[in-house]
Amino acid sequence: MSQTKKEMLVDPLVDNNPITLQVLGICSALAVTSSLQVSMVMALAVIFVTSFSSFFISCLRNQIPGSIRIIVQMVIIASLVILVDQILKAYAFEISKTLSVFVGLIITNCIVMGRAEAFAMKNPPVASFVDGMGNGMGYGLILLLVGFIRELFGAGSLFGVTILETVNNGGWYVPNGMLLLPPSAFFIIGLIIWAFRTWKPNQVEEREFKIQQVEAH
Amino acid sequence: MSDTQSPEPKGALAKFLAASPDSVGKTIFVAVAVCLVASMVVSAAAVSLRPVQETNRLKDKQVNVLQVAGVFEPGIDVTEAFAAFEPHVLELSTGNFVDDQFDPTTFDDIAAASDPELSVALDDDPAGIGRKSKYRVIYLLRDDAGDLDKVILPLHGYGLWSTLYGFIALENNGNDIYGLQFYQHGETPGLGAEVDNPRWKALWNGKKLRDDNGDLQITVAKSQPAAGPDFYIDALAGATLTSVGVDNLVKFWMGDAGYAPFLAKLQAGEL
Repeated sequence: MSQTKKEMLVDPLVDNNPITLQVLGICSALAVTSSLQVSMVMALAVIFVTSFSSFFISCLRNQIPGSIRIIVQMVIIASLVILVDQILKAYAFEISKTLSVFVGLIITNCIVMGRAEAFAMKNPPVASFVDGMGNGMGYGLILLLVGFIRELFGAGSLFGVTILETVNNGGWYVPNGMLLLPPSAFFIIGLIIWAFRTWKPNQVEEREFKIQQVEAH
Repeated sequence: MSDTQSPEPKGALAKFLAASPDSVGKTIFVAVAVCLVASMVVSAAAVSLRPVQETNRLKDKQVNVLQVAGVFEPGIDVTEAFAAFEPHVLELSTGNFVDDQFDPTTFDDIAAASDPELSVALDDDPAGIGRKSKYRVIYLLRDDAGDLDKVILPLHGYGLWSTLYGFIALENNGNDIYGLQFYQHGETPGLGAEVDNPRWKALWNGKKLRDDNGDLQITVAKSQPAAGPDFYIDALAGATLTSVGVDNLVKFWMGDAGYAPFLAKLQAGEL
């Protein structure tokens, strides 16, 4: 890896975004983005877990036996996730009520495992920490984008502050209820991927098949 | 640790670190060591943060009692305001207080529902709760003259995805509803979770549980039942199953299996 630390941090935001380019971590991105505040806490939790799990795994990388490396990685990741969950329950009770099971599900987030296995096992601790943080931020960026769209148009508010007065509360805006349901995030993430790949055409994957050109005579 | 390739490691620890990680001994050692350290971190966090978490849970419940009784304002001292409420442990079947058997400030009626000694399995279970605690902690709110003003009763039942836990506040006649509020549920945001919408909650204010014949008439439905508007709460749009759940759980807890014996006493003026 001949990347500088800054590249490691910035690259995953757009050029190598774990959600839009690698299409990882979609499941939780669907579930927790119905409001911006929850998205933000989730993003911070994932940034914390990816950076520190990469750091600790990298510290131990020369000692971790190949045969049980995935389990060792899982133990480290799971402990960090439980730590985050406990801290949220103690100091951000309201938000932990909304996030409920999704904090626990960070354990299964493919981005965390992916960075541990692909990067932290082969690179020194500080580089791994920066890489983990960059990827967490890439995930968080998409989460905030989706959360912004879903909360604004689904509930007429941002961070719980009313922007568009909804009809239910005597205003004019008829909220799009579908945006509050998880499937809507599929459409939004799809549109974001489209936008990213139009902006950066080199992200477009090569086709696995080509329809054969039949020569015309 | 990155220079494990350095030649001739000295000392037992250095030799151990330099050994191939794939040997059986080292595999077991690493597995045990990682698990030990991880379990210590996790249990230390859980134990040291538990008091704060318990306080949060308790405070959240108290805030909800205050809200349902209509005395909550942002920024008030919750503990102080909550002290005005008089907790009692109620035996559901008789409608009597059993404060001498249980301490009302510490008795956990949700936990009691899974204790075979303190609960009964339900055959007829419209609220979908499986077991019912024989005792519940209720709160009385008295006015300045010491007369009973409101009673706050806990209730819970299954909605669409989750069990909804909440409180209902009744006026001192035991029949007029002052408010209903859920403090814990996992219904769909924007649809079932609209049970938290202040406009919907306001519909409960002033409704009645029973008609003049003493029949339980309160209903959450899409259209008004024959009993009339005093007993009717409009169901939530787009959340049929959550509304049905709320309808069931209110009917269950206000009915004979729930608080009916206590409410009868309340109406007879025995408190």
